[in-house]
Amino acid sequence: MSDIQLEIDGKQVKATEGETVLTAAEKAGIKIPKLCHNEKLIPFGGCRLCIVEVASRGSSKLVVSCVYPVGENIVVKTRSEKINRIRKTILELLLAHAPASLSLQDLAHEYGADKNRFEKEASFCVHCGLCVRYCAEVKQLNAVGFIDRGVNKEICFIPHIAEKECSSCMECFPLCPTSYLQAAFVLVKGLAFTTE
Amino acid sequence: MEIEKIDQIIDKHQSDASALIQVLLEIQSENHWLPKEVLEHVSDRLQVPITRTMHIASFYKAFSLVPKGRNEVHICMGTACHVRGAKRILETVEDFTGIKPGETDVDMKFSLETVNCLGCCALGPVVEINGKTHGKLTVSETSEVLKSYE
Repeated sequence: MSDIQLEIDGKQVKATEGETVLTAAEKAGIKIPKLCHNEKLIPFGGCRLCIVEVASRGSSKLVVSCVYPVGENIVVKTRSEKINRIRKTILELLLAHAPASLSLQDLAHEYGADKNRFEKEASFCVHCGLCVRYCAEVKQLNAVGFIDRGVNKEICFIPHIAEKECSSCMECFPLCPTSYLQAAFVLVKGLAFTTE
Repeated sequence: MEIEKIDQIIDKHQSDASALIQVLLEIQSENHWLPKEVLEHVSDRLQVPITRTMHIASFYKAFSLVPKGRNEVHICMGTACHVRGAKRILETVEDFTGIKPGETDVDMKFSLETVNCLGCCALGPVVEINGKTHGKLTVSETSEVLKSYE
């Protein structure tokens, strides 16, 4: 594992090979907003909020820092007018789905996002995948998963596994940025659990 | 669908978890749909979590989680077929079979599905039944074609 030298927001940062830009920035004390990232889980790149600008060999591009590996001598910008604008739009789109989410509201305040910009489409779930991935990767229980696709994609508990495992675990509940997970659990409990 | 038949398909792929989609496709083409018990059995044998099997089975349009009729009717609603009267063909099929797109009739004779393009726009309006393409259909021809299926 060799050391890699890169620049983030004008600061010289050392990182190890294979590390992502996001973890390198966090180690250097630079804050990048994120929703679907959790250090215990494999990077997912779902929420796109951690988008940054990476310049190398004369050209710059927008990348999602939680899945972008560090490279020698790359120059990363975590804030710029363009990035702020993109993050604002992402937040506004997410708020159309989950207007009451506290973590979204905090970020919306920071980036000046208007939660009424897009018509409300309250699915409550923002598809960050934290619950699904935590259950599969950390707990290896697979009690909750994604079903369907596109606009119809949603999380779904598998009743017979959830009935056995969830009451004693519930570790994914605090991870959910919108509380939809709790609602989905109460729903499956009411509809499909065989005993109390 | 008998368990032995499913086991045969799984054995053909050496119970390899990466063959999940292939296994499901073969069961789908034999059985026309994927019942819950089948999905659970496949998950057990391939050692894939049921969440993953459900994710895949609900993701691809090739899989059906509800029973399908003996004859699967796909009506093209793409642009070319649309301007050549696909809507009237669809209405004719709906009247003939008594079902709407996405449904199956009580006798399990027909399943109806609309698709966005079958890739042969010059033949529009196109209806595909059990993989056989019927092109340049008129309303009266449509009923004739449907009558020939049992």
